Amino acid sequence: MSDARAGLTRRQAHERDLRRRSLLIAGGSTLAVILAIVFLVPLAPGWERVQQSFFNAEVFARTFPKLLNAFLLDVAIFAWSAPLIAALGLAVALARDVRNPVLYPLRLFGTVYTDIFRGVPVVLVVYLIGFGIPGLGLPRPWNSPYIWGTVALVLTYSAYVAEIFRSGIESVHQSQRNAALSLGLSGGDSMRYVVLPQAIRRVIPAQMNMLIALQKDVALLSFIGPVEIFRQAGVFKSLLANFTPYVVAACIFLVITVPATRLADHLIARQNRARS
Amino acid sequence: MKLRLDNVQKSFGATRVLDGISLDVAKGEMVCLIGASGSGKSTLLRCINLLEPLDDGAIWLDGEDIAEPALDPQPIRQRIGIVFQSFNLFPHMTAVENVMLAPRRVRKETREALRPEVTALFDRFGLADRMGHYPDQLSGGQQQRVAIIRALAMRPEIMLFDEITSALDPELVGEVLQVLKALKEDGMTMILATHEMAFARDVADRVCVLDHGRIIEEGPPAQVFTAPREARTRAFLSRVLQPV
Repeated sequence: MSDARAGLTRRQAHERDLRRRSLLIAGGSTLAVILAIVFLVPLAPGWERVQQSFFNAEVFARTFPKLLNAFLLDVAIFAWSAPLIAALGLAVALARDVRNPVLYPLRLFGTVYTDIFRGVPVVLVVYLIGFGIPGLGLPRPWNSPYIWGTVALVLTYSAYVAEIFRSGIESVHQSQRNAALSLGLSGGDSMRYVVLPQAIRRVIPAQMNMLIALQKDVALLSFIGPVEIFRQAGVFKSLLANFTPYVVAACIFLVITVPATRLADHLIARQNRARS
Repeated sequence: MKLRLDNVQKSFGATRVLDGISLDVAKGEMVCLIGASGSGKSTLLRCINLLEPLDDGAIWLDGEDIAEPALDPQPIRQRIGIVFQSFNLFPHMTAVENVMLAPRRVRKETREALRPEVTALFDRFGLADRMGHYPDQLSGGQQQRVAIIRALAMRPEIMLFDEITSALDPELVGEVLQVLKALKEDGMTMILATHEMAFARDVADRVCVLDHGRIIEEGPPAQVFTAPREARTRAFLSRVLQPV
């Protein structure tokens, strides 16, 4: 009766009831879990000490501005690495796709390159290039850890990004390339105007995930010198004998990476909808 | 312009798809290829456009053997347009960009210089108000007409049509066949692989019946459709003309 007054069909009323019910259950169970954590965790014998050394509000407030400042260096390294990675990654992907026998060395190079840099941990590349090349005794500024740390990140990430581009290129159906060729377009023009624009669009969500990973891996450069957020947090840790700066650093990363992750997921979901 | 196929042969692995096809096409002639699926119609068209390399035989276009494997296919493809069953428009470009891409890149013409000719083509085939649409905003029949315009914009001397109405809803077939009729009136040289028997009968100058990679019968449509000489032609026609 009341449903009829609300102007709902029987089905709509039923679905509304279902929705209310599941909202209630989800809210209830979430609340139960949060309460359990809030009440049970402090019962642990070491809680006092953990709270003191990881969640110290005073230390948090004191270190936050300087850590945020150090994070700007992460952002800067990220900002100049990302376009270089996109360009080198695309170049390597195209090199692996060449069919002209004269250019075979290029193709071979692309294959060897992606195999090597996908097979070595990022931190090792950062160490080897970041310490190794300045060790050659290069004059300033060519011994800068910023340059060689960036090179290490660009080399590693380009290998992954190239593979994603290549999967995108291969996902464009052969009939598109044939249609372009049949119009008299050259192989290069077919790639540039027909295949690549479609391929790049398809891999944008996957590349977004690479960007997020890159943003986090910038912290690895701390091992070779630059005082970015992770290293700055380490300095504070030693200074204050407290781990809270690491938590601050984690929070600052999350502020950037969580929205970026959401955006990537949104793009992927939209693409899946468009395809089905 | 004259096209002559001489003993064209093509295999995919152990399968002989084209088993010695010879065919002369005169300027302005419309030749229809009919035959069961897998008889080699599509492969023959793709070979003429050099999308598939021949195994053996020759294709003469104005006295030049375009099947010569060492030849650069690009300038030859510009002279031979092809339209596919599945349209194959470029989905990331509007209809007019689809049409202008090849003339711009290959003939190095500007959009402004191309605009009058391209607009006239869209206008003529009833798509003047669809030039700025993307392929997924167009019906199948409209997409196929754009594909035909795209091929025509390269000013080909001969057009190949590979079952261009087979992927269309029945009510959209007519608008595409109208375009073919108009092209024939222009004097365009055309080779069609088709399942549209009524169209072949009414419009074609000549019909070739393919079976297992060979032309088993050819002649004017009146003869092939009403008095086929070959038993296999009769069997094929009775299958397609009287659907169960």
